[in-house]
Amino acid sequence: MTNSIINASLAQLSQMLASKQVSSVELTQAFLTRIQQHNPTINAYIALDNEKTLAQAQAADARIAAGDAEALTGIPFAQKDIFCAKGWKTTCGSKMLANFVAPYDAHVISQFDAVGAVNLGKTNMDEFAMGSSNETSYFGGVKNPWDFDRVPGGSSGGSAAAVAARLCAAATGTDTGGSIRQPASLCGFTGLKPTYGLVSRYGMIAFASSLDQAGPMAKSAEDCALMMNVMAGFDARDSTSLDRPKEDYTRGLSAVTGSQPLKGLRVGLPKEYFATGLDAGVSKVVQDAIAEYRKLGAEMVDISLPNSQLSIPVYYVLAPAEASSNLSRYDGVRYGHRTAEYDDLLDMYMKSRAEGFGAEVKRRILIGTYVLSAGYYDAYYLKAQQIRRLIAQDFTEAFKQCDVIMGPTAPSTAFKAGEKADDPVAMYLQDVYTIATNLAGLPGMSIPAGFSNGLPVGLQIIGNYFDEARMLDVAHAYQQVTDWHQAMPKGIE
Amino acid sequence: MEWEVVIGLETHTQLKTNTKIFSGASTTYGAEPNTQACEVSIALPGVLPVLNKQAVECAIKFGLAIDAEIAPRSVFARKNYFYPDLPKGYQISQYELPVVGKGKLTIQVPATKHSEAYEKTIHITRAHLEEDAGKSVHGAVEGMSGIDLNRAGTPLLEIVTEPDMRSAAEAVAYAKKLHELVQWIDICDGNMQEGSFRCDVNVSVRPKGSDKLGTRREIKNLNSFKFMQQAIEYEAQWQIDTLEDGGKIQQATVLFNPDTGETRAMRSKEEANDYRYFPDPDLLPLAVSEADKARVKALMPELPEAMKARFEAQHGLSSYDAATLTASRDTADYFTAVVQAGAEAKPAANWVMGALSAKLNAEEKTIQASPVSAVQLAQLLKRIQDNTISNNAAKQVFDALWAAEGDVDAIIAAKGLKQESDSGAIEAIVDEVLAANPAMVEEFKAGKEKAFNALVGQAMKASKGKANPAQVNEILKKKLS
Repeated sequence: MTNSIINASLAQLSQMLASKQVSSVELTQAFLTRIQQHNPTINAYIALDNEKTLAQAQAADARIAAGDAEALTGIPFAQKDIFCAKGWKTTCGSKMLANFVAPYDAHVISQFDAVGAVNLGKTNMDEFAMGSSNETSYFGGVKNPWDFDRVPGGSSGGSAAAVAARLCAAATGTDTGGSIRQPASLCGFTGLKPTYGLVSRYGMIAFASSLDQAGPMAKSAEDCALMMNVMAGFDARDSTSLDRPKEDYTRGLSAVTGSQPLKGLRVGLPKEYFATGLDAGVSKVVQDAIAEYRKLGAEMVDISLPNSQLSIPVYYVLAPAEASSNLSRYDGVRYGHRTAEYDDLLDMYMKSRAEGFGAEVKRRILIGTYVLSAGYYDAYYLKAQQIRRLIAQDFTEAFKQCDVIMGPTAPSTAFKAGEKADDPVAMYLQDVYTIATNLAGLPGMSIPAGFSNGLPVGLQIIGNYFDEARMLDVAHAYQQVTDWHQAMPKGIE
Repeated sequence: MEWEVVIGLETHTQLKTNTKIFSGASTTYGAEPNTQACEVSIALPGVLPVLNKQAVECAIKFGLAIDAEIAPRSVFARKNYFYPDLPKGYQISQYELPVVGKGKLTIQVPATKHSEAYEKTIHITRAHLEEDAGKSVHGAVEGMSGIDLNRAGTPLLEIVTEPDMRSAAEAVAYAKKLHELVQWIDICDGNMQEGSFRCDVNVSVRPKGSDKLGTRREIKNLNSFKFMQQAIEYEAQWQIDTLEDGGKIQQATVLFNPDTGETRAMRSKEEANDYRYFPDPDLLPLAVSEADKARVKALMPELPEAMKARFEAQHGLSSYDAATLTASRDTADYFTAVVQAGAEAKPAANWVMGALSAKLNAEEKTIQASPVSAVQLAQLLKRIQDNTISNNAAKQVFDALWAAEGDVDAIIAAKGLKQESDSGAIEAIVDEVLAANPAMVEEFKAGKEKAFNALVGQAMKASKGKANPAQVNEILKKKLS
């Protein structure tokens, strides 16, 4: 039974629960057993509380018995440790919050709670979501289930490994510059970063407020669509949350049938995404996927995103600027790490922050503080904001010629742990294809498209604002005719 | 050398909203420490600000009241600095684009021994919305400092003037006028003891005739007009003395010590923070439409200037009286209520500014807490008007009303103050007086006008003060002619 459970789609699990083939407690216990078995190696979860988790499963079973179930009732999910969850340790991967127990629920957490989903635990991540390999976590690195010597990507590395290793039915992640999509590519699953403002940021620990966006990390586009139905929606507690009618993200999936379901779809291929710097193996997989899309009826259009090469420098001005301010609240005064001994207030601040933050977080606070300083603000922050608008305009122009954009998600497959840890710029380049969508606020997703040297490769699909449903249809069409998304790493059956 | 003092004010006005500017926590003053500190107030990880619409409405009201441009789009920015009572490590404020732009306020500077009273227009540079910080509490726990975050996130409107004022008197007149205005339009409770209205005063001096500003020092957190006057006077003299002794003024923030009457630098501006302002990405720009302004305008009370003009036109009051009555909303409301209850406007004005005001001042009561209600005062004035009592008797009735001895007519009856208006009875009294004082009658007939007044006095005395003086005059004149 375990195999049929751990590889089942969310829709299948929902069906199994509804028909009483399995209870939520059994389902949850099956995953908890796998976690117990594999997590000591993989380190995907950094907070587990079986008692709480099983209590939720029992409540879900009662709800199912009462005939009050919704699509995701009783299904166990992993939650990235960036989301505050009442009564759970919520660390954001940092020593600063190593002992912080959240007294309230993030919007995303309460949305899952409201439908009776089960929280399996909190997943590992790069400290304050700053990283592309999960190596900046205070709680240690995460192993890529496809090759334990390699990183799972980041910052949502724990959620990524949990999905790939089938240590959860699906997981949540957040994406500021690629933190859902790059790990999805490196670990071989489907991840979606929605349009900025679609999922409330309330209770999601801020890294770069104007870029942060939560989204689903799951085995398939269909699973992502079901999770989007729960996660997306207006929340008055987030001023940047968009007040628009609720959507059913699964609405178009069943219509994706026939030999050419994507006939008429115009797919833009940005020339800048296929230039130098892209790994040959990754390039081949992406080209094959594009060929598959042609077969499905899609029409390829050459486009250009002329300012895309500026995404990384712009991002590494804006994101650290916001982060330097967002992380000021961690001062050791009210909660979080406070140094043991100090002479005065300034000494307490300096020691608490020096001890509580890791090297990458400090680096970004320094960069951010610098670019906002008097005398540098115009040259860095203001200039970067101007270029950010140009980058967004590139996409506006591109979407006049095409419906979706495709290209690689990450420039390479999963790299070895430690390989880039001492070279921040090489690490930053991991997000070269994903960052522009964050800067523009556009939705982007990564779907498994094949393997290069035995490691997964993701295809990125970028859509226009609020076009998630179409993107999910496009991804679903591919997943109907390919089985890359069903591949499972060996050795962890 | 003759020196000129140049003063500009920054006033932090606490807005009268039920909840904080970016969260639903209560703003009630005086609660137990940290009982009004929600997850947003204490800046837990993951919390986000949501702008309080009531605070925006207050800002628009103020903009309309000073005839300022209200920005169709203004931006909230983060002012970054570390302090234990600043939970986020930044204050959300407005920097480049404030909600209220240039406006003006006309002040009345009172007369002094050396100068007449005069009016002056003070230009307001801007007014912007921001959140207050919490409070550090020292000594509550032995050897430790505590933080009370109840106040953190309380909405403030910071109102900044041009350096338009030239004396402590002008600065105080402006502060008083502003203090009254924000209460008049009901955006601030004006309670200076509780910190609802706090002034920072920028003071510099320059040789008279110079058009270059001197280096300024900022006197922080003045919470009474008396201290403001003292602080500015001391500071200006200190600067003049320093310059005349060949010294230089360093830009600095200073504190006023009410015990010594001195100002003292707390930190020099050179070591001041770089606040690294940038637009807060958690908040959208604040949009104020014409419709928003129109809606708020409809909620606005009549402003003091307009009411003053109306009092002059409608009630025939002098400019001085109208200004005095509209110096505070409570006084204006009281006066209006007296008139609405049927009293004539001029005597009502005289009584409100005279007897009532004197008594309130003597007992340190506000007009809202007046023991004599507007309706009672109106009844009293009506009894003067219909000749039931004399002006003198009215003062006794007023004192009795103040002492809560009953209503006007009951007091008049109880004290026997009703004046005699029966001409037959008065005539009899006058006859008695004339008969009893032949010498005075002779004096009058010999041309001594004073003797007439003495006879009136005798008649009044004989009537125990109850005779209508006008009738006594009339009858006496008739009898003596």
